[in-house]
Amino acid sequence: MLTVLYLVAGVLFILSLGGLSSQESARKGNLYGVLGMTLAVLATAMDPRITLNPILLGAIGIGGAIGATLAARVVMTAMPQLVALLHSFVGLAAVLVGISTALDPAGGAGGSALVHGIEIWLDVAIGAITFTGSVVAWGKLDGRMSGAPLLLPGRHQLNLIAVSAIALLAVPFVATHGGPMGIVALLVMTVVAGWLGWHLVMAIGGADMPVVVSLLNSYSGWTAAAAGFMLSNDALIVTGALVGSSGFILSVIMCRAMNRSILSVVFGGFGTADTSAKPDGPVEDLSALVTTIDAEDLASELKDSSSVVIVPGYGMAVARAQHIVEELTRTLRDNGTKVHYAIHPVAGRLPGHMNVLLAEAGVPYDIVFEMEEINDDMPETDVVLVIGANDVVNPGAQTDTSSAIYGMPVIEAWKASKVIVFKRSLGTGYAGVQNPLFFHDNTDMYFGDARETVTGLVAALRQA
Amino acid sequence: MLIGVPKERAAGERRVAVTPESVRKLIKRGHSLVVEAGAGVGSRATDEAFVDAGATIGTREEIWQAEIVVKIDPPTVEEAGLLREGGKTVSLLYPHLREDVIDALRARKATALALERIPRTSIAQSFDVLSSMANIAGYRAVIEGATELGSFLGLQMTAAGKKPPAKVLVIGAGVAGLAAIGAARALGADVRAFDTRPAVKDEVGSLGAKFLELEFEESGDGGGGYAKVMSKEFIDAEMALFLEQAPEIDIVITTALIPGRKAPLLWTKDHVEAMKPGSVVVDLAAAQGGNCECSEADEVVVHHGVKVLGYTDLVSRMAPDASKFFGNNVVNLLRFMGNGQEEGVIVFNGEDRTINPALSLLDGEDPPELEPLPKKEVPAKTEAATPVAPAEAQPPAPQTLRNGLLSLGAAVALLGLGLNAPTDLLQHMTVFVLACFVGWQVVWNVTAALHTPLMAVTNAISGIILVGGMLQAGAGTTQWAMILGIIAILFASINVVGGFLVTHRMLKMFRKG
Repeated sequence: MLTVLYLVAGVLFILSLGGLSSQESARKGNLYGVLGMTLAVLATAMDPRITLNPILLGAIGIGGAIGATLAARVVMTAMPQLVALLHSFVGLAAVLVGISTALDPAGGAGGSALVHGIEIWLDVAIGAITFTGSVVAWGKLDGRMSGAPLLLPGRHQLNLIAVSAIALLAVPFVATHGGPMGIVALLVMTVVAGWLGWHLVMAIGGADMPVVVSLLNSYSGWTAAAAGFMLSNDALIVTGALVGSSGFILSVIMCRAMNRSILSVVFGGFGTADTSAKPDGPVEDLSALVTTIDAEDLASELKDSSSVVIVPGYGMAVARAQHIVEELTRTLRDNGTKVHYAIHPVAGRLPGHMNVLLAEAGVPYDIVFEMEEINDDMPETDVVLVIGANDVVNPGAQTDTSSAIYGMPVIEAWKASKVIVFKRSLGTGYAGVQNPLFFHDNTDMYFGDARETVTGLVAALRQA
Repeated sequence: MLIGVPKERAAGERRVAVTPESVRKLIKRGHSLVVEAGAGVGSRATDEAFVDAGATIGTREEIWQAEIVVKIDPPTVEEAGLLREGGKTVSLLYPHLREDVIDALRARKATALALERIPRTSIAQSFDVLSSMANIAGYRAVIEGATELGSFLGLQMTAAGKKPPAKVLVIGAGVAGLAAIGAARALGADVRAFDTRPAVKDEVGSLGAKFLELEFEESGDGGGGYAKVMSKEFIDAEMALFLEQAPEIDIVITTALIPGRKAPLLWTKDHVEAMKPGSVVVDLAAAQGGNCECSEADEVVVHHGVKVLGYTDLVSRMAPDASKFFGNNVVNLLRFMGNGQEEGVIVFNGEDRTINPALSLLDGEDPPELEPLPKKEVPAKTEAATPVAPAEAQPPAPQTLRNGLLSLGAAVALLGLGLNAPTDLLQHMTVFVLACFVGWQVVWNVTAALHTPLMAVTNAISGIILVGGMLQAGAGTTQWAMILGIIAILFASINVVGGFLVTHRMLKMFRKG
């Protein structure tokens, strides 16, 4: 009976993820998830081995209340931090459950002690890496830690030593069948694995956090799956496998979007290329090479345009300009201009983050398109407004083999008749690469804080 | 700075150097303007419109006393005499043709900028008046040619009969030629184009015209966007090609200019005579001697029934638009020259590499020669660049090989497991592998727009570890096991509730337009 309920819960989780294939079915998907979780928890409560005590129920209540508060309070720009934090909780819970299982000679399933020991070991190790890794990711995303990568000398060797230690410490644990020496080995291993998680993510630069968070998402799934093996619980195994694959797919998508290899992410220390290289030639020369535009001229240009594509980048969110950009969208659409958005996969700090930020600002999702969907339309577009984005519209990624971002897929803004770049200054993006787009004949720069410049533009449009 | 804008007095000139629109922009940059009464009449810009834009209206003498005088055509000797001592002029100048004017300006210790000599680089593109005016001339050439032709340009298929599209040949695919190609294509004509520079072939093609080619190895690129003089053999081949085309062409538009020389002869009497009567030749080079042997400046010559238009005022025939573009060029130029300065300040110091070649006089003297610049990498135009290798187009073979090896490795591992592992582990393994496959399929279908909600919902469901905590806390036999279980429950339930609620909150935001 229990197994059947767990299976149903697993199916509901699959339906839940399946629901996310479109915006229309997504909310139903979330409901399936809730249903599946309720079912799994009820099934567990019905397990004859379990005695429900008030402390247990209280813990669920308190945890639930904290979760509800977090969910209600979080601002959408802080979603990456929340996601990272929740990953760390999964890791932590897995470590705790794993150690608890080890302490409890009767706990978990029967079967081979060797297999069981290895299962506990894996659960705790992955859990600990996920936990500390996610805490570091959270700290970096939340600005509580420096985003700069920490590069210890011989870091790859250190990682190798840590992995070997994790493997070797398993021997006394399995040999003593969870005796006191074994528990000590387990705790020492937890610390080593925790250090490894910390170190792997510390070595990664702030700009590469979307990939890291996706990868930790994956780890949190594998942790749950390992716990499922340890506890012989199919619901945990299925869910863990689902989450693990999901996170892995997101990591693959992010890696493709940033033109990085997945292996370099798994082993850490990527995104640390030397970005100190300055663009050739004196910098003060550059400002003379670009043409600028002001609100009135841009407003009259936009009045005469029939199709506009907006390319938002994280700079827009940093300037908290998404609401005024939405107003701009509305104003343009009221004038009869076709407005589309072009989203690069790494436009936000999380996969799909920019879509959420735009949705929150009230931009209808059916005018928001992915890079691949919209690139073919660029030659027929009158004006492209690049707001707070830089590297994702860099034509050098396609043409300049010496560029640090060569090979990264980009939004082909330059194919439109006119490009307007909203930017604070001529500074470079995360990749530290100068963007030749700014110097194109059909590109005008509109310098200033995105919120102020877009506000000025909306006012000019209303006046004109 | 005070900028004076005189009325243009050259014959047939209807443009004005600055429109009310550009007056507004210049005032915004801290300048003040004085415009001669009636200066904008030919361009539909009234004195009132200039006043509304913030300029004052002045007499001819007042205009020439301004700090900078901006006009279109070169000043006359008389006008140069009106200039204040040390005054500055910005206009087309052609200094080598008008030494008397230069002498008169020199006598006034003037600084004179010759707009036609601004280098045609991408920096200067926004104030390249030759380009902006050539664009207009090319467009107008088609309109004038079509008017004189008196026929449809585009294909007509009506109940009353059909008419094939007119055939238009554009010689010289510079700015004017490309504008002519675009305009003729827009009217539906069958357009072919010829240019000695093979590099422009793609541009011609992208406008929908056919690029005529000679089977001949010689590039005519003379640098700076102009063509150079070609060899005799090349010209003979070219002439033969044109003669072959002439009988079927309805409109020929010639736009070939070589800087500092008489316009090259491209369309001889023979070519004209080979054309059908009623056909039209529009010669954009008529002022420089003409590309067509029969053309005369400002005249319509009829030779063998073919009309040869030698209008030199094509741009003035579109005076309002021409003035608007010229005005924008002026605004951009003055903005460039005032770059990095205080508002309202413009620098004529001869040190800027873009401006220096155009400076004919600096305070009545010859401007300093600049050291030639070593070739420097300027962020290059990449408009014609094609992607070298799209990221996704990696050769599939190694990928397949790697996948194959991975699958093989997995199969061996599974086989090992199957031989040695206890049955319940195998069962779990089956569930796990199947769930991975299902997850893989399902998640690839998730729309990219919902990846953040996807992460939040996976946050929630990975809180399923709650079940593990419950098993430990509810069934554990030692106290420590229970305590650890309880803490695990606490954190896992944060995930479950927080994850689902935040997903719900996000999904609620997504709405259709």
